[in-house]
Amino acid sequence: MRDISKPVRRFDASEKIAGVARFVDDHYEEGMLYGKIVRSERVRAKIKAIKIPELPEGYHVISAKDIPGKNRIKMIFDDWPFLAEDVVNYFGEPILLVVGPEREKVYEISESIEIEYEDIPAILSVEEALLNKKPPIYGENNLFADYFFEKGDVENAFSEADEVIEEEFKTGFQEHIYLEPQGMIAKYNNGRIEVFGSMQCPFYVKNALIEEFDTKPDKIRVVQTTTGGGFGGKEEYPSQIAGIAALGAYKTGKTVKLVYDRAEDVEFTTKRHPSHIRIKGAVKNGKVIGIEVEIILNAGSYAGLSSVVLQRGMFAATGAYSIPNVRVIGKAVATNIVPMGAFRGFGAPQSIFAIETFMNHVAKRLGRDPVEFKLSHRYRKGDTTATGGLLRNEVRLPEIVNRVLSMSDYYSKKKEKKEGKKLYGIGFSMFLHGCGFTGNGEEILKSIARLKKRKDNKVEILISNVDMGQGPQTTLRKVVAEVLGIPYEDVIYENPDTDRVPDSGPTVASRTAMIVGGLLYRAAKELKEKWVDGEEIVVEKQYRHPEYIKWDQEKFKGDAYPEYSWGANVIEVEVDPITYEIDVKKAYAVFDLGTPLDRKIIEGQIHGGMLQGIGYATLEVMEQKDGRFMQRTITDYIVPTALDAPLFETDLVSQPYEHGPFGAKCAGELTFVGAAPAVCAAVEDALQIDLYEIPIRPEKLLTIMEKKNESEV
Amino acid sequence: MKVRFKLNGEEVEVEANPASRLLDVLREKFGLIGVKEGCGEGECGACAVLLDGRVVHSCLVPFANVMGKEIITIEGLRKTEEYRIIEESLLDAGSVQCGFCTPGFVISIYALLKNNPNPEDKEIREAISGNLCRCTGYQMIIDGVKLAAKRGEKLWKA
Ligand code: FES
Ligand code: FES
Repeated sequence: MRDISKPVRRFDASEKIAGVARFVDDHYEEGMLYGKIVRSERVRAKIKAIKIPELPEGYHVISAKDIPGKNRIKMIFDDWPFLAEDVVNYFGEPILLVVGPEREKVYEISESIEIEYEDIPAILSVEEALLNKKPPIYGENNLFADYFFEKGDVENAFSEADEVIEEEFKTGFQEHIYLEPQGMIAKYNNGRIEVFGSMQCPFYVKNALIEEFDTKPDKIRVVQTTTGGGFGGKEEYPSQIAGIAALGAYKTGKTVKLVYDRAEDVEFTTKRHPSHIRIKGAVKNGKVIGIEVEIILNAGSYAGLSSVVLQRGMFAATGAYSIPNVRVIGKAVATNIVPMGAFRGFGAPQSIFAIETFMNHVAKRLGRDPVEFKLSHRYRKGDTTATGGLLRNEVRLPEIVNRVLSMSDYYSKKKEKKEGKKLYGIGFSMFLHGCGFTGNGEEILKSIARLKKRKDNKVEILISNVDMGQGPQTTLRKVVAEVLGIPYEDVIYENPDTDRVPDSGPTVASRTAMIVGGLLYRAAKELKEKWVDGEEIVVEKQYRHPEYIKWDQEKFKGDAYPEYSWGANVIEVEVDPITYEIDVKKAYAVFDLGTPLDRKIIEGQIHGGMLQGIGYATLEVMEQKDGRFMQRTITDYIVPTALDAPLFETDLVSQPYEHGPFGAKCAGELTFVGAAPAVCAAVEDALQIDLYEIPIRPEKLLTIMEKKNESEV
Repeated sequence: MKVRFKLNGEEVEVEANPASRLLDVLREKFGLIGVKEGCGEGECGACAVLLDGRVVHSCLVPFANVMGKEIITIEGLRKTEEYRIIEESLLDAGSVQCGFCTPGFVISIYALLKNNPNPEDKEIREAISGNLCRCTGYQMIIDGVKLAAKRGEKLWKA
């Protein structure tokens, strides 16, 4: 048997290096039309009138009125239109689509369209939304979701406590900056709509189009084109672009290409939810015995996936810690800004930042070492989670933590601070991530994966999950080939086409390797039994949670996830004592993500995820003013370059999950969640201060240090 | 306006608006899709090409500026032995994830190694600092560069 974890060359890499892989914008077609979206220039307003200039031949302007079916993007709630009808709810909301053969002309026309608005008082912040003095955006109180759950007796814990500590944390917007901007190409042929594009979830797009065109499933075909990064940004948002492009194709009978430019992508696509998190902890005999966490997410103007993002955030509220008495309150609040959406970690990074920083502060206050303090609260096998789910598998946190400490030489560095021109600091975080869909998601999805053995004895993987860079083209091929004992090259896995593949669910929630890979693993086992040379054989497997998983979606009780991955990070920083710029020097990480399906691919996930998390904590600033983002291009919104990136050192501890393929658990999101709190702890260490907010901005540090120095004088 | 220049080793002449971006001309008139548009603002390096041997961001170059010059894109580079070394090294180092940034990196890596066959970590970081990658965290790309420097030793010094 080959070692499944042993790195192989990625199957999709050669053509990407050579520049022959075709991303959406690389598809051209004779007679194709270009599309441009006309967007709202108001934050919140009624549309009074639209003045369209006389159009040259071959050019068209398309509006919500052209939608034959329902003008709502199919998601959890029923509020987000493809194109605005009579009101707009955020600056940049799509109103019209202009299409035509010459791109410049299309842009010209789109700029010459005049829209008359009547402003409605806009809700510009979460505070304003909660005050509820202006006409609500959603429902009666602007809340897309308002949740609550409890474990143990929190009130009693507070009354018994030696000390009650309460702190508030804030996290900012984050933009994905996948290197390939969003885009779709749509065609209309004989009553059939076909869409090709950059996406994570072909069936989300398909289901959205079925409702938009009020048609049968066989009239819609969705094909993923090679996708240049997603990180959640291509989970739900592509449905809107696809819907708009498809409408253009439907109206004109021609192929329509709608590709965003970077500025459009930065300013008008979904972002990570900013959060405001209040934590109140009851401390007794040096332990946190009770905790109340209130999470408020700015969800933007439409519900999107915010309710589930909030759930994942709430279920992660106590981090990797076993706290007997827990109360978690959560609200997803509507404001007039672009809808917030999925982004690697999906609500968990906000919570993990807050709980990790809180635990640090409490440890410092008690005069305890943060690492030891955290370890004394860690989850163990047999513990129940905040929602009362059972941890059935070994939790190898002591081993993970010890390894990251020795790798980084944490204690000696922390003690003898390096002398230098810059202020040196070192920080630690430990955390978990729930694998797969949150709550009852997998049970609703009932994903199906299919393997088809062809007459030539090659085996094709038929699933709807995509490779957006995270590597399933390679890892899933390895899983199938390994079970069957055939060469990796004999496994075929094309970009999904909904005409050919079953719905194995979206490419999200770190579920592809563990859940879909698990289905393929079982399908391959069965195929191996049935194998007959030269014959075509098809095997299908459908997902069910293991019998022991119990979950109550109404009460948020039970196993919110079938399994967890774990990790610990150490980060070293140097802070400039004059400018307070933060230089992240080294990042160490140890993870338990089960059996790695390819060590190199996992390594790549770790570096990339951690750097994105480091950016989230430092450089990646996005602010809102009067309903508009101040950072509107990639020049203003800064992501780390090779000069900003630290050196990474990583290691794995592998506790296999019996239902994951070869024991694999979740990986992609786990790598992101621990970096920001570790950076924060390192900056706190360097400056000997407490911080409550990310991104950590030099200007803010300057103010804090000025105050600190004043009070010390 | 008609512009003559050398493209991937061949003399070409093409009619285009002199103000149009070199990026669009390469992609649309010549079908060179390995030149990617990641930002159109000169920030990401996905559109990198060699202009008389120097790395430029083709989204910032007005087409008229290439008159009489030599342009090499990833499509031209990939016929060379140097490219093969870089390709193999990136494959073995696991430097590629989504791959949208990769052709641009290859251009920068080629230019770096041609000038500096034995770059240090810091020099590599500087040479690729005009290329954004959101997937890899850069380290495995840097590993790839080091591998290419080693494997192509004689070539780079040639
Ligand atoms: S597209 Fe030219 S630098 Fe980004
Ligand atoms: S590999 Fe995706 S941006 Fe570099």
